[in-house]
Amino acid sequence: MPEERTVTLNMGPQHPATHGVLRVVLELEGETVVKARPVIGYLHTGIEKTMESKLYYKALPATDRMDYLAPMSNNLGYCLAVEKLMDIEVPEKVQWARACLAELTRVNSHLVWLGTHALDLGAMSMLLYTFRERELILDVYEACGGQRMMTSYIRIGGLAHDLPKDFDKKVRKIVKVVRERLHDYEALLTDNEIFINRTKGVAVISAEEAINYSLSGPMLRGSGVKHDMRKANPYSGYENFDFEIPVGKNGDAYDRYLLRLEEIRQSLRIAEQALDGMPEGPYRAHVPGVVLPPKEDVLYKMESLIFHFKIITEGFEAPFGAVYQAIEGPKGELGFYISSDGSNKPHRVRVRPPAFVNLAALPLLVEGSLFSDVICAIGSIDIVLGEVDR
Amino acid sequence: MGLEEKIPDSIILTSLDKVVNWAHKRSMWPLGFGLACCAIEMMSTFASHFDLARYGMEVMRPSPRQADLMIVSGRVSMKMAPVIKTLYEQMPNPKWVIAMGACASCGGVFNNYAILQGVDRIIPVDIYVPGCPPRPEQLMDGILKLQEKIDKESVKDRHEEWGRKAV
Amino acid sequence: MPMEEKVRSFLKSSFGDAIIREDNFREQQSFYIKPDALAPICEELLHDGELDVRFLSDITALDWLGHEEENNGRFEVIYNLYSLSHRYRFFLKVHLPANNPEIASLTHLWQGANWLEREVYDMMGIRFEGHPDLTKILTPDELEGYPLRKDFPLTYEVPQFSWNKDQPPEVIK
Repeated sequence: MPEERTVTLNMGPQHPATHGVLRVVLELEGETVVKARPVIGYLHTGIEKTMESKLYYKALPATDRMDYLAPMSNNLGYCLAVEKLMDIEVPEKVQWARACLAELTRVNSHLVWLGTHALDLGAMSMLLYTFRERELILDVYEACGGQRMMTSYIRIGGLAHDLPKDFDKKVRKIVKVVRERLHDYEALLTDNEIFINRTKGVAVISAEEAINYSLSGPMLRGSGVKHDMRKANPYSGYENFDFEIPVGKNGDAYDRYLLRLEEIRQSLRIAEQALDGMPEGPYRAHVPGVVLPPKEDVLYKMESLIFHFKIITEGFEAPFGAVYQAIEGPKGELGFYISSDGSNKPHRVRVRPPAFVNLAALPLLVEGSLFSDVICAIGSIDIVLGEVDR
Repeated sequence: MGLEEKIPDSIILTSLDKVVNWAHKRSMWPLGFGLACCAIEMMSTFASHFDLARYGMEVMRPSPRQADLMIVSGRVSMKMAPVIKTLYEQMPNPKWVIAMGACASCGGVFNNYAILQGVDRIIPVDIYVPGCPPRPEQLMDGILKLQEKIDKESVKDRHEEWGRKAV
Repeated sequence: MPMEEKVRSFLKSSFGDAIIREDNFREQQSFYIKPDALAPICEELLHDGELDVRFLSDITALDWLGHEEENNGRFEVIYNLYSLSHRYRFFLKVHLPANNPEIASLTHLWQGANWLEREVYDMMGIRFEGHPDLTKILTPDELEGYPLRKDFPLTYEVPQFSWNKDQPPEVIK
């Protein structure tokens, strides 16, 4: 009498569709998934422990390398947390510039998500289109900070350098071009029968389950819960902008796709408003002893030179206590919990990774469905292994 | 000499080394293997703005049995090191390795308990491309240098080396 | 009544003796509570309709080795709770002793606590009773010890220059 067994299949760390080094151990019965267990840790870098051994300023570039598709979001979260700890108030121009760059980062991350998600499901040309748009945004990053990806442009107390002179022109061009091209992407995918068959009704999660699993970002909003950190606890001047929060209905992969496209449109709207109303002013706060003075002052004034030297070599002493600052990153609620013991190095930097918490819901999304839905579910959660493993 | 005037235009004279090296360098198939941030710059290099297909690397094979170039793009953690060694051993000869980025070359920004300080501790590397992450043009420069390196190889050395290993 | 008052009165009325002290650094309300009171408090908060604390944002842990805070307990586990309808965030903090730190798991209330507690166990060595699968999640299986503790070294290697290139790489523990 043949006994029934399940086949154990290993979707290994090296796979064309796992967006990095994620391993999923699946137990299959025919084509149906009985059990799915994600195994992570193949990119564990010890970033949190590295940041404990460096001064507050020097720990900033390590935050870029976590969610490497949205580097300015990570910088923004860390800088806002340190500014909260040190009780620094940044000038208005810095707040508006940071909001504009954070929205461009959201567009950047969603474009990469769209390209790779469509590539997994078979539409290979989407990758080439979205990476072409992404080059325009990387151009702006390079003009601002000199680096294409790991910018470290948003610093404690302000920005690294002043905004470049053609920032306005470049960002307006991006807004115009991406808005037009979104029509092309929609024409390719939204009413496409193959895409609808592969994403509608796949990887469904209900609102109560989403809240219980602590999901955030498009995963939570796709199930109907209208929660966005930019509206709930506004930071960095977001209360000045007028935008909407798209919400899905069914909680499946198709709704999350439409939701992210709409988020790109709202981000472009915010970027345009930020450009229209950008105030004039300094690009760094003036807090002697804590915030680095601007480089022009360092070259000509003696006190600025002394402060610059002291801050770079010894850093500043933070008060004893702990703060938590959450921002709405492209993947969800990105939070930084910085605990200080009174010295010039952070005692503990905890990064609340949205992709890590969202990935924990993968077994719930795929158990009971077909094997090819696993690929769609992983793409729809939008994970970045740098953030999951840190 | 006089012989070349008598040969029609449709015959080319060359050496075996040159033909084999030309075939190797102009149609390498990279293994689809991206670890971390450098993988995104590698994807940008393969996309349409900085097109890598013009150097013959159009086809990106996911299976190591069908690939001959492994671009280690990203930081190699201690948990991933045995996996990379297995993948390298699964690739058939001739194979080349490019260590892309600072983390693959020497450990990069991260000097701690969790990151292997350079992938050349476990597999032999041909070209190191520095940068964090290297620009697409830098990666293309590295690939062109690899092509120059392949030009200097010879069929005789390779067969001796493989012959020794097989015994 | 502002949310701060509501939370304080709720906790004091039901669990007055479990609260050690309350802290309000940079307008963030946090309560230091006794370890055995954690699970009952969280269950009450989850089922209370008025406060609507249904979202567990984060579970993390600190190691106070070498600091004067160690007198309260070497480890500190922090629960980050959020109320969706009131948009209010507050923290519950628990001090645990140095040897054999253990605390009740919250996986029966929030499924999101599963992986968060696994990470705290892997990096700090704090055991959670009642967790369905308390195993390593981020570090390799061969790594012994708990990386984020203060007595675990960063283990960095001294780079090789021309003047020390003949020596093997020096690993500073």
